[in-house]
Amino acid sequence: MEGSQAIIKCLKENGINTIFGYPGGMILPLFDALSKTNDIDFILTTHEQSAAHAADGYARASGKAGVCIATSGPGATNLVTGIATAFMDSIPMVIITGQVDSSLLGKDSFQETDIFGITMPITKHNFKLQNANELIPLLRESFSLACSGRKGPVLIDIPKDFFYADVAYPAKEAEPPAAKPDADFLICAAEAINEILNSRRPVIIAGGGVIIGEAHKELLSFAEKYKIPVVSTLMGIGAFPSDHPLYMGFAGLHGRKSANYAVAEADLIIAVGSRFGDRQTGNITHYVYEKHFIHIDIDPAEIDKNVHSNIGLSGDMKTILNLLMQREPINNLNSWWQILQKHREKFAYEYTGKYDVPNIMHYISRSINKGDYVVATDVGQHQMWAAQHIRRYQPRTWFTSGGLGTMGFGLPAALGIQLYFGNEKRVIHIAGDGGIKMTGSEYYTIAALHLPIISIIINNESLGMIRQLQKVFYGARYFSCNFEYKMNYTKYIESFGIKAYTVHSMDEFVESFSDALKQKGPTALVVNIGKAFVDPMANTDARLNTFINF
Amino acid sequence: MKHALSVLVNNQPGVLLRVVSMFSRRAFNIDSLSVGITESPKYSRITIFFSGEVHIVDQMIKQLGKIPDVAAVQLHKPEDAVYRGMTLIKVKSSANNRLDILKIAELFRARVIDVQATTLIFEITGQDEKVLAFTRLLDPYGILEIIRTGQIALERGEQTITSNKKKNSFYGKNML
Repeated sequence: MEGSQAIIKCLKENGINTIFGYPGGMILPLFDALSKTNDIDFILTTHEQSAAHAADGYARASGKAGVCIATSGPGATNLVTGIATAFMDSIPMVIITGQVDSSLLGKDSFQETDIFGITMPITKHNFKLQNANELIPLLRESFSLACSGRKGPVLIDIPKDFFYADVAYPAKEAEPPAAKPDADFLICAAEAINEILNSRRPVIIAGGGVIIGEAHKELLSFAEKYKIPVVSTLMGIGAFPSDHPLYMGFAGLHGRKSANYAVAEADLIIAVGSRFGDRQTGNITHYVYEKHFIHIDIDPAEIDKNVHSNIGLSGDMKTILNLLMQREPINNLNSWWQILQKHREKFAYEYTGKYDVPNIMHYISRSINKGDYVVATDVGQHQMWAAQHIRRYQPRTWFTSGGLGTMGFGLPAALGIQLYFGNEKRVIHIAGDGGIKMTGSEYYTIAALHLPIISIIINNESLGMIRQLQKVFYGARYFSCNFEYKMNYTKYIESFGIKAYTVHSMDEFVESFSDALKQKGPTALVVNIGKAFVDPMANTDARLNTFINF
Repeated sequence: MKHALSVLVNNQPGVLLRVVSMFSRRAFNIDSLSVGITESPKYSRITIFFSGEVHIVDQMIKQLGKIPDVAAVQLHKPEDAVYRGMTLIKVKSSANNRLDILKIAELFRARVIDVQATTLIFEITGQDEKVLAFTRLLDPYGILEIIRTGQIALERGEQTITSNKKKNSFYGKNML
């Protein structure tokens, strides 16, 4: 079978029906094969970086591998930011890059780049094909690696002549049977239960791993069984229903104060699918002070990496949480809950309806509530405000670039997410004006496909998060963060044929948003708003419950 | 503290780079590196000597274990393993002092592998301390060049690196 035909067959074998990419000389044979099949929808983006983000978004929404393809040289290097984004957030992706002919390799041929070497530290694994008959076994291995264990992106680099070559298509080998927890593991789990039953002030931190490991139901039963308060990380939003009485909110550098107080005052942290990232813990010395830790993660290398845990359990999250529910609670957490209740009341945010971003986020949250909407954000101040004020009740209804913090991620990711959900759910895309200037060209693809995405652009004519960092750490010496030269975002978006609204007040926002919800196609609200600081912001030199005053 | 680590890897393109870059990425300094074939044509064996705190070594072993092409990782404790490395030393000598130099070499069990009118080349194997003492004694005669191979390490007794071979499912979906 011809190489490119075999690739399409293998994509279908792995349940792939939508892929993203951009053409170029060395991958054209695969495009030719794609033109002859109806089984795979190919989505042409305006830039390879967007193709990677869109495939990433598609994977975050579906839980399956996202696939993107690009040509050698500049096509491949443009993917790099998108691959690194997926890698940091453990998102399964398979990236296929075309490479120069095998006979031209190593001669600095036209558009030759060592993408294998470049992507080695930002992929879970990568392959450089050396003979055509490896094509199918290694492509299968790419899917298997991307989607198993701690998920992640896998890149496969294919010389152009292998797309034409006659390649073998061997039968698929059976997967090895699932491993079962051994005796040592069961002892460890029993010790973990003892820790939980002996704790007075336990807190569960729900991370992105709960969503990726599809263990949200088990997490809910586990928390309810022992009546343990739950906070979530930025990536864990949606892993636990935010209207649940046990939920204390989003914790971290810009977390809700009630959540940060819960973490800071806890005597036992049960981290489920969280890797104790520095934006979650703040100052690590203060963070670990007088606390015990139970760390549950699929990746054994995460245990004891950032925080030394008393008990580390690494493996499938569902199985582990089920193991931890085998005993009845004996500890009385009433006094802990009384403290938490006081924090909750003291730090409850009062929504005044004033024209500022928290109130806008609150309005969006109330409007979409538990409806068929999902939220995709970009990176910056709006992202933190959205995380603080938009309630999420289900996993895979909140999408954001956490680990890498990639500005420009939001719009192309929203494209991939909307394509996955089709008419089932609608994407509310939230971005800042800075991010829109980075990957705004993707409005072209969104308009061309008539996707019903609603964009909320928080236009404060500045890079708000940079401004905030310069305020706090650089004596308010603002530099390269205020856009003196004005541009008209409404006209920019309208130029793609997308309905855009200009907003200057809360009334205008409410009116435009409800109109946008009625539209069948893409819309965008350009929310012109004053500069502000994201509050709270935890002090990076002290405990998580000490905050910077603006 | 110094550590010796053996890494058994599949013979695949880029695997040495993958292992070595893991050290630089996590900010460890490699003191010595050696790569070679093994008893099985499927594998190569990499020996790395590096310095670092004990808890970091554990993290390193886990990170290396995650690389799909790594078949096994073994940490060698000094009391349970033998270490060897070879050093070649070229030293100036003339008919006047040749016998003196050869006598020193004999004490250290260094072998002469080349004799010229004005130079000698010695081969010496063994621990760092022994090599250091030997070079110190040769120094007054004028050392022209020193070259060292990476050190290698082997566990004493019947224990081999393959007894540490990870299960296929270690990093796969069946891992628990």
